[in-house]
Amino acid sequence: MGADTINAIKRKEFLNGFRDELPILLGVAPFGMIYGVLATGAGLSNLDSQAMSSVIFAGSAQFMLVQLLNLGMPTIMMILTGFIINLRHALYSASVAPYTRHLSPLWKLLLSYLLVDEAYAVVVMHYKQPNDNGYRHWYFLGAGITLWSCWQLSTAAGIFLGAQVPADWGLDFTLALTFIALAVPAIDDRPSLLAALSAGVTAVLARNLPYKLGLMAAALVGILVGLWSEKK
Amino acid sequence: MSQIWIIMIVVGLLTYLTRLSFILLLERWQPPQIVTSALRYVPVAVLTAIIVPELVVVDNGLDFSLGNARLLAGLIATLVAWRTKSALWTIAAGLAAFFLLNAWLV
Repeated sequence: MGADTINAIKRKEFLNGFRDELPILLGVAPFGMIYGVLATGAGLSNLDSQAMSSVIFAGSAQFMLVQLLNLGMPTIMMILTGFIINLRHALYSASVAPYTRHLSPLWKLLLSYLLVDEAYAVVVMHYKQPNDNGYRHWYFLGAGITLWSCWQLSTAAGIFLGAQVPADWGLDFTLALTFIALAVPAIDDRPSLLAALSAGVTAVLARNLPYKLGLMAAALVGILVGLWSEKK
Repeated sequence: MSQIWIIMIVVGLLTYLTRLSFILLLERWQPPQIVTSALRYVPVAVLTAIIVPELVVVDNGLDFSLGNARLLAGLIATLVAWRTKSALWTIAAGLAAFFLLNAWLV
């Protein structure tokens, strides 16, 4: 293959990643705005609120942290909570690792930064498709950068609109809608349906575990139920 | 350094290392078949574990009533996602339902 052909493939993968991530942004942007509003409302400066969106870059953890900040929780407990909420990303990492194996260290470092829920769910669907042209990491990059840009811009919008975006509109609900849009199409057989149902029930039952451990417990129960159902 | 920057940097670093973990480790380690099969259930299990409490838990209690706009809008979104497989329609329908229900239920 000539260099032109390869570049054309890379560009196509990148743009496809961008295109497939685009509809998800309808749910991500309001959530980012609400984060911006809550962060400044919790007393963070504009700079700190914005910085958190690129340093942590994980919506639900950022949301939780600014709420805990309001409660005056000790630093070490906030760190522990943030860490445990984000532990699910280890599962994402293991899930895409077989596909990123052939990449250079630089690519791995970059893509890991972009391995966030709403990018992961889109990317893993693409990786599951059988035809591999060897450049699917460009799709990952396209989807990831699109999500990242939306997250930064919507955070900024939330910071600057501030109190003009009423938090009681319940715009944080768009996170749940985004995840529904990502999860439901991935439920395509009996084991995955049972995995989803059992994870959902466990998450509700375990919601009062400290440090949001219920989320990891629920994920593990869902995975085990899926495996069990597959083996039957 | 202020408290928020310590939290931000430590959580940011831990999160990044979590995301990097297996992507880096798997160069040397070939996971057994059972692990590969298990990973197939990661997206649905994690996402549903986040979704369901958002829909049914209100003030730490369970609310399965028709007065719970999040639950109803979430169910409508699920139905739309199942029928259309379109993220755009799912989120748009869920948002429209949520706002209409809120206006109507209040």
